[in-house]
Amino acid sequence: MPDTPLIMLENVSKAYRKAKSEISIFDQLNLSIKEGDFVAIMGPSGSGKTTLLNLLGGVDRPTSGTITINGERIDKMSESALSRWRAHTVGFIFQFYNLMPMLTAARNVELPLLLTKLSRKQRRENVMTALKVVGLEDRAKHSPREMSGGQQQRVAIARAIVSDPKLLLCDEPTGDLDRETAGEILSTLQMLNRDFGKTILMVTHDPEAAKYAKSILHLDKGHFVEELVTS
Amino acid sequence: MTHGTLIWKNLTRYRLRFFLTTFAIFIAFFLFGILQSFDKALDAGAELAADDRLVVSNRINFTQPLPIAYVDRIRSMDGVLHATHQSWIGSYYQEPRNFIFGFAVDPESFMTVYQDDIVLPAEQIAAFIKNRRGVLVGADTAGTYGWALGDLVPISSNIWQQADGSKVWDVVIEGIFQSSRDELPANGLYMHYDYLNEARTFGKDFTGTVALTTTDPTLNDQVAQAIDFRFQNSAYATETRTEAAFNRSFVDQLGNIGLIISSVVGAALFTILIIVGNTMALSIRERTSEIGVMKALGFRASTVFSMVLGEAFGLAFFGGLIGTITAWGLVEIARNIPGFPFVLGFPTSVWLQAFGLMVVLGVLTGLFPAWNAYRLKLSTAFARV
Repeated sequence: MPDTPLIMLENVSKAYRKAKSEISIFDQLNLSIKEGDFVAIMGPSGSGKTTLLNLLGGVDRPTSGTITINGERIDKMSESALSRWRAHTVGFIFQFYNLMPMLTAARNVELPLLLTKLSRKQRRENVMTALKVVGLEDRAKHSPREMSGGQQQRVAIARAIVSDPKLLLCDEPTGDLDRETAGEILSTLQMLNRDFGKTILMVTHDPEAAKYAKSILHLDKGHFVEELVTS
Repeated sequence: MTHGTLIWKNLTRYRLRFFLTTFAIFIAFFLFGILQSFDKALDAGAELAADDRLVVSNRINFTQPLPIAYVDRIRSMDGVLHATHQSWIGSYYQEPRNFIFGFAVDPESFMTVYQDDIVLPAEQIAAFIKNRRGVLVGADTAGTYGWALGDLVPISSNIWQQADGSKVWDVVIEGIFQSSRDELPANGLYMHYDYLNEARTFGKDFTGTVALTTTDPTLNDQVAQAIDFRFQNSAYATETRTEAAFNRSFVDQLGNIGLIISSVVGAALFTILIIVGNTMALSIRERTSEIGVMKALGFRASTVFSMVLGEAFGLAFFGGLIGTITAWGLVEIARNIPGFPFVLGFPTSVWLQAFGLMVVLGVLTGLFPAWNAYRLKLSTAFARV
């Protein structure tokens, strides 16, 4: 793995205006994450975990400071440029899976590929590869309602990796799952990090889930207060 | 999968909602098609009327009679080529529900003035003129009641009565005519005026309207003014119009059909607009998080906008096309029913208007939700995930 940082936050501040007062989430936050890392971000509610994830995914913009990911300044990108960038660089995994209920597993996974110029055959091959990676190639034609929570989350992971992004952003990916299923999902994320070199940032409340990451960052009141290396 | 597949899947994800919304649109466009067809049918008499034929009626309205003596006086006026007259019989066969458009006419002058409109062999015309009890019937009317040449048929009147109290005139089918134009049905019955007039107990020596041709259509206005001027101080003042204007005034007796049709169709479409608009807005609101996910996957705001608008268009065109095609099919079936009293048609203009309305429905119901989806901030959408 190259030792260059994939993610660089420099003096990032983020504040929201509510009524007439301004609420500061981050003030002069700095962060550097290397390519191939698997980082869990923990912290109490309101500490800014999800806001940080949104900033890194280009979902939200900082009030000031710079965000560089894979060598590109995303804080200055236009909306359409950000859309293109997200399609190629980032995969999102949500707590509640957010699959399209009217589409089969394969079609859910295929969604990001509609933005590429791949042929139908190539798209089908990529979809089956992604489903195979998460162990669901035999469930391609099933709809989300025919699958368990864990299976739906694995389909969501397949959707996140199908366009081969470098960065996976996971927001409480096991928050809606039982312990055993959560373990399977986290093992899958570990495998993606270990075998496919995906850089993963995972927000979680669960210390057991965080142990699957290579390092844990504790965020409190908009500042990183502690960094632990798990193994 | 394509963007089109995604639009279709989104449209049909709630089958019952999709069915009910489509059905509402179907009803609106079905009504539109049928009512437009009737509107065209009611206008057809005016549009297909001869432009060199004038009709003289009582100035009060066309249900009031004119003295039969007017016919000869009009015939003798400058610019008049031929003149004939017609009296409404109010005829039916056996039962009042078997209504027939029937007129009592002067056979010879009638065949002269209407020679281009009524098609039948010369020997049948001659037989009709010769036999006082003879009648001409349209091929569609004859087909409806199974009449053939030479049949003796009792025709009743819901207006006229004979001295013995009978309202029935026995007539002989002497001619079966076709219409000169495909778009006009071969309906109706024409009997001798003298046969009716001699036997009826009231209204003797009066007729309904006088129809005339002029020596030159450019003289129409001049001739019409001269006729009305001549009778203006009599007990039966006249109003002379082109046949097209007369037919239109006949339709107008039923009310302003165009306005009624526009009002019904407008109300139906407005209701549908509200229903579909509400359904679309609700549907997009429910999918806020999904739209957010799509944007997170890299779908551009403009793509999301197009897809939501595409759903609205899909709904409008799906229901609209089924409704318009069904209306067209029903009109075609009605057109082929022998003796159907209206000249129904489904011209290209109705198709174009229907397509135009589908586009308007799609834009008006889709634009607002599509704009909301376009503007939706990812952070807002994710707050609901």
